[in-house]
Amino acid sequence: MADMRIIAHVAINVFKESVRDKVLYNLVAFAVILMGAAYLIGQLTAGQDVKIIKDLGLAAIGTFGLLIAVFIGIGLVWKEVERRSIYSLLSKPLGRREFILGKYAGLALTLLVNVVVMTAALYLVLGYMDAQFTEEQKSVWAAPALDAGMLRAVALIVVELLLVTAIALFFSTFSSPFLSAALTFGLWVIGHFNADLRNFENIVESPVAAGLARALYYLLPNFAAFDIKSQVVYALPIAPGYLAVTVAYGLAYIALLLTGSVLVFTRRDFK
Amino acid sequence: MDAIRTEDLTKHYRVGFWRPRPYIALDRLSLTVRTGEVFGFLGPNGAGKTTTLKLLMQLMYPSSGRAEILGRPVGDVEVRRRIGYLPENPYFYDYLTAEELLEYFAGLFGYPAAERRRRAASLLDTVGIGAERRLQLRKFSKGMIQRVGIAQALINDPDVVFFDEPMSGLDPLGRREIRQLILQLRDRGCTVFFSSHVLADAEALCSRVAIVAAGRLVASGQLSELLAFQVRGWELVMSGVTPDALSQARADREIVNAVPIDGQRFAMELPASAAPERVLATLTASGAQLVSLTPIRETLEDFFMRQVTGAQRSSNG
Repeated sequence: MADMRIIAHVAINVFKESVRDKVLYNLVAFAVILMGAAYLIGQLTAGQDVKIIKDLGLAAIGTFGLLIAVFIGIGLVWKEVERRSIYSLLSKPLGRREFILGKYAGLALTLLVNVVVMTAALYLVLGYMDAQFTEEQKSVWAAPALDAGMLRAVALIVVELLLVTAIALFFSTFSSPFLSAALTFGLWVIGHFNADLRNFENIVESPVAAGLARALYYLLPNFAAFDIKSQVVYALPIAPGYLAVTVAYGLAYIALLLTGSVLVFTRRDFK
Repeated sequence: MDAIRTEDLTKHYRVGFWRPRPYIALDRLSLTVRTGEVFGFLGPNGAGKTTTLKLLMQLMYPSSGRAEILGRPVGDVEVRRRIGYLPENPYFYDYLTAEELLEYFAGLFGYPAAERRRRAASLLDTVGIGAERRLQLRKFSKGMIQRVGIAQALINDPDVVFFDEPMSGLDPLGRREIRQLILQLRDRGCTVFFSSHVLADAEALCSRVAIVAAGRLVASGQLSELLAFQVRGWELVMSGVTPDALSQARADREIVNAVPIDGQRFAMELPASAAPERVLATLTASGAQLVSLTPIRETLEDFFMRQVTGAQRSSNG
């Protein structure tokens, strides 16, 4: 059984490192972009402002989160090994499993704080915009400016970021940061076009190619599933239970990746 | 119970990317370190010292053989609670202060917050880190990082400490302080296992040593057993030595070598067979004055050089 107290202790240290490494400065960039965009869009469009800000805001939350997940995720383990800080750390009563899980939990906490603050900022800007319009103007909107339904998209962004972090961490247990970043981004891009692999199976005639496409479809993470931004912004229907199934899918994938990371890391020699 | 025990501990791995070839980093190392002793693990660079320490810390897994600390296998988490480790050229987190680093490590042992703070403060005092303890470690010099490294190794008040090149990066004052610290640890019953290639440290501190070269143990035992402590000559330094008196002493084969230091001051080497009193009396009678008379004994360095050169010759041949 993993020692949760030790995991939390390591996680808090990772969070502290991110804060001192000025990772949270991206929140300032986010706020500036959002406010600047709100002002500019207000000058250029009529009626569509809120939709655009919602789209832009959710996309920015995802992108900033992605950059943090990848660029910190790939260094989480690699940096400790490369700088040899891991030597003194692992000589303490800290199992390698607790180390990996603590590192992961620390970055997850950093991401969560980021997303919460960015979401609050988005609602703040939307609230401000809401106050600028009359009830008549608002009546043509697909969804209200302060639509709580947007939180569903945010929840899936969080799960997606946790999955990206798990992928980055997995690669960082055995490869260099450059390779880890390339592989993580590669998986993220492919994962967004996962549905095409499913179609590919129907197009090709070769059973081998079709089988391969099917295997890849099931094997690779389906990132497209986490993207419900359009549905939320345009108030399109989302199938009941979709959220729960997608979150469960993401968590299961994360669990597999963390198990893989622990297995690789516990067998590793630090030469 | 022995503090540390290894039996045929071996580590080999493959090196090279395209055509990997086997490399033996450590070859069947068997040694025992007794509880409460200061044990020097000596050898030239690349001899296998750090590999041994990494195997004992389970930073590496052995290819074969076994290792125990305090009677338990090295992987046992209970062992980790009772040991301390200073890696070679340690490195810690840039963004933490020395105080925070020690408190973080203390937290891994499960100490409550107040106890963490107390231990961190007391150890930083011990290793001579003053007000700098509140600075982030990125602002620390190599010597200060080494001191922090020693402090973190002692955070749990360990029964056995492993120091990999503990004097590295320290100035002469720092070295002396760490020597004193090692002796204090010994006095309170802690076993100290330290690797070094600085033989003077080992000679000043260790009760027993082991010497490794090319991955193999070439000698181990008490310093007094390993070194021939009988006098193998004398070094005599005198001033006011006249050329005639020097020639006479040379002719009598009482001096094997004489090196002028300045003017009429000479450093002379006398063979073990010579009676230094007689040479001294002869030279004093000719008007020379004694500056110093020192017996020449085999040093650990002589012994080390003989063992290491022999091991390297046999591994090459």
